[in-house]
Amino acid sequence: MSVLVYIENWDGKFKKVTNELLSYGKQIAHEMSVPLYAISLGNVADQEFAPLKNYGPDKIFVVNQGFEVLDNQVYADAIVQAVEKLDAQVVVFSQDNVGNAIAGRVAARLKAGFVSAVAGLPLSISPFIIKKKIYTNKVFGHVKINSAIKVLSLSKNTFEVIENPAAGEIVNLELAIKTSSTNRISVDKVTGKILLSDAERVVSGGRGMKGSENWGMLESLAQAMHAATGCSRPVSDEGWRPHTEHIGQTGKIIAPNLYFAIGISGAIQHIGGISSSKCIVAINKDPDAPIFEVADYGIIGDAFKIVPEFTKLLQQS
Amino acid sequence: MNILVCLSNVPDTTTKVKFNGTKLETEGVQWIINPWDELALTRALELKESGAGIDNISVITVGLEDAEPTIRKALAIGADDAYRINSEAFDSFYTAAQIAELAKNIPFDLIMTGFESADYNGVAVGAMLAELLDIPSVGAVSAVNVKDGKWLIDREIDGGKEVLQFDSRVLVSVQKGIAIDPRIPAMRGIMNARRKPLNVSNPVALDSFNEIIAIELPRSKSKVKLFDPEDVQSLLDALRNEAHVL
Amino acid sequence: MNFEFSEEQLMIRQAARDYAQRELIKDVLERDEKAIFPTHHLKALGELGFLGMMTSPKYGGSGMDAISYVLAMEEIAKVDASMAVIMSINNSLVNYGLEQYGNEFQKEKFLRPLSDGTQIGAFLLSEPEAGSDATHQNTSAIDMGDYYLINGTKNWISNAKSASTYIVIAQTNSEKKHHGINAFIVDKNTAGISLGPHENKMGMRSSDTHSVMFTDVKVPKENRIGEDGFGFKFAMKVLSGGRIGIAAQAVGIASGAMDLALKYAQERKAFGTEIFNHQAIAFKLADMAVKIENARNLCLKAAWLKDNHKPVDIASAMAKQYAADIAMEVTTEAVQIHGGYGYVKEYHVERLMREAKLTQIYEGTSEVQKIVISRGLVK
Repeated sequence: MSVLVYIENWDGKFKKVTNELLSYGKQIAHEMSVPLYAISLGNVADQEFAPLKNYGPDKIFVVNQGFEVLDNQVYADAIVQAVEKLDAQVVVFSQDNVGNAIAGRVAARLKAGFVSAVAGLPLSISPFIIKKKIYTNKVFGHVKINSAIKVLSLSKNTFEVIENPAAGEIVNLELAIKTSSTNRISVDKVTGKILLSDAERVVSGGRGMKGSENWGMLESLAQAMHAATGCSRPVSDEGWRPHTEHIGQTGKIIAPNLYFAIGISGAIQHIGGISSSKCIVAINKDPDAPIFEVADYGIIGDAFKIVPEFTKLLQQS
Repeated sequence: MNILVCLSNVPDTTTKVKFNGTKLETEGVQWIINPWDELALTRALELKESGAGIDNISVITVGLEDAEPTIRKALAIGADDAYRINSEAFDSFYTAAQIAELAKNIPFDLIMTGFESADYNGVAVGAMLAELLDIPSVGAVSAVNVKDGKWLIDREIDGGKEVLQFDSRVLVSVQKGIAIDPRIPAMRGIMNARRKPLNVSNPVALDSFNEIIAIELPRSKSKVKLFDPEDVQSLLDALRNEAHVL
Repeated sequence: MNFEFSEEQLMIRQAARDYAQRELIKDVLERDEKAIFPTHHLKALGELGFLGMMTSPKYGGSGMDAISYVLAMEEIAKVDASMAVIMSINNSLVNYGLEQYGNEFQKEKFLRPLSDGTQIGAFLLSEPEAGSDATHQNTSAIDMGDYYLINGTKNWISNAKSASTYIVIAQTNSEKKHHGINAFIVDKNTAGISLGPHENKMGMRSSDTHSVMFTDVKVPKENRIGEDGFGFKFAMKVLSGGRIGIAAQAVGIASGAMDLALKYAQERKAFGTEIFNHQAIAFKLADMAVKIENARNLCLKAAWLKDNHKPVDIASAMAKQYAADIAMEVTTEAVQIHGGYGYVKEYHVERLMREAKLTQIYEGTSEVQKIVISRGLVK
């Protein structure tokens, strides 16, 4: 028996969330007294593996060939084979576009219960009960999984990264990899920009910013603190910013360490999208804006004055 | 070509959810088509109207009779016919498996689902359904187009997008951006909805794997710490030295 | 008794709500400020079927009942009373009048484009010397054998500029008093029709109001509605049903203000707590809620009577008088709850208060409604 974590790479590098996933998997493996395994699909640079050992994997299984295009069918098939070979009882994915697209398929094939948006360690191993976010972070559900194998996808920023060095032996796994039928006809990718979904810091603007022409100051702030930019729904609806930046219940749900809500009143749907952030800063001229109910820090005042000043201080230091 | 859109019936996203045990208090709750599912349907309708060669749009839901108003809304805004599997949607696998059973008898070339439901946030029905039907699936889809009888699917990837082409059956889980605004039903559509076929079938016997056994409310947050607008430095200091996030 | 709405009625209410909250809200402040007519909204609402809601599908309408109409009017008026009045005039005065009393030729020719939103209509009754009192018309329509020749001035005409079809009430034979009045369908582009300046109104500023002057306007005989001398009865019948729409509009204005005030009261803090927790405010809101519920029920009752082809005159007068009066009270209180913010345009409630005032005045003042109601008591 084992706990298996799927560790996702992007352009040959492991995603930031990998350390959190491994730390989390390690804790479950420990409670179940079974080894923690990780599986990586596709080509990843050798030096990427060494740091992972710190977070507790007993073995890291690697399938190097193929996987150039994300074909959920092929990825899921490979992971199913790995689960069977390694007798994994708990399979952990990251709660993101890739993890979710594969995890559901894996669970269906294994006739396993799948719980997404997992918000913490199992409350009990036998029976297996796990805490999950529902109603877009408004409440948690305690979910009992009755199947033999359990598939989980872990929400970001749910679990502390814990150093727990282990052998982390790299093992090439021989699997019968399906040929992908996915025909990718174009890729269009911006590099160098911090990704909203992966960002540790996010600067976000709302209707209070009054227009797309005022986004310069938010971008300067984002740049000064290495943050991604986001926005509230009215902003993307108005076309001031692209839909890909919309944060909220019907847009992106994020969990950065630091979230700046500037000129965002804090509609319940927006709060749903940000409430897992570690630290929320609100800047709004309306003292009654609901965003202040969820913010850790706030300034009631004119964002057009406060933001440039804050940016300047940040750049100076 | 035929499109099958999976719909889920969820409480309006502005609902302040309250629970009685593990059951949602439904008193005063307004039920809507899951927003992402509605966007999927909207895109399907746009494709049909644009003359892309779509013959029929069906909607399918797993739900009890009280889900019918939302199904009828889907018919009112333009779906051609509807299927309802008369059962509660116990968990993602149960739902996906029920739809998969029925979908075997429905001719489709594309299945569209929202990327998640606004209630259980399961994010799994689409991927599970595709696996059970043994067809490819694409998540995080931001555009669906038809060219020469083939599906052109835009998928959001970190930092950009890819365009994938499929010339056979495929399932897409769509997200924001797939369509502009959900439709408002015209009165003629509302009246016609009653005349469109709504096929009701019984569920097949299946186990569900997951059950919610308790509901936990999030801890209320500590009060916001406010700074003077003239004293931005203090905010910077707090973020550095107190919250340790800068 | 059955207080449940049908699935269709609920879907129509939701459709109106969605359109109002999603689209009308976007530019309602600007249209009010600059008195801009909502041309693009009219087109969209026409496509959705709101401009010929109760007209039979045979003439391009939606064939809905009056209950649905009341529900839709309330939702539109919550956000934008100007849009509601344009809708009301087209639906319950012009379309209803044509469908109920026009002949087949008139319906085919005039009603169809008015039902699907491609055109709108206006109802020309008020005159400089006579508003609510319609028993004598200074505007004359002389029978010239082949045609009628219309001369005179109509005042306070909503949709005057945007409408393509007018229904004009005019005196053919003054000796016969109100039995000498006729109603005519008049193409706005007929020679001899001219408009006065745009009225700079207190509220409902997004609807266009003008006076309309008739100078030797020739109207074909086939455009007269009903028998000779039917005009007064026509106007009274049409206005009686029309009151339901204005009553629903008033309910909408009131409930729109109530929603804003309730939200504000739960957010705004004073003396250390949300102002809703102060009884002075909470009781105001309770009173507002009761008044709105009463007014809404009066509207729905009148609509039900209309749908069931029962006499509606008294019920619609009651609904209109009560709804208009409480709209004024409720919007005034909503401004009060908002305090200083309520006096600022950005917060919408002052606009709703300005709009409420007109519901007590047009399509029969509250006083005229009381005449109708009191006469009904001794009938």
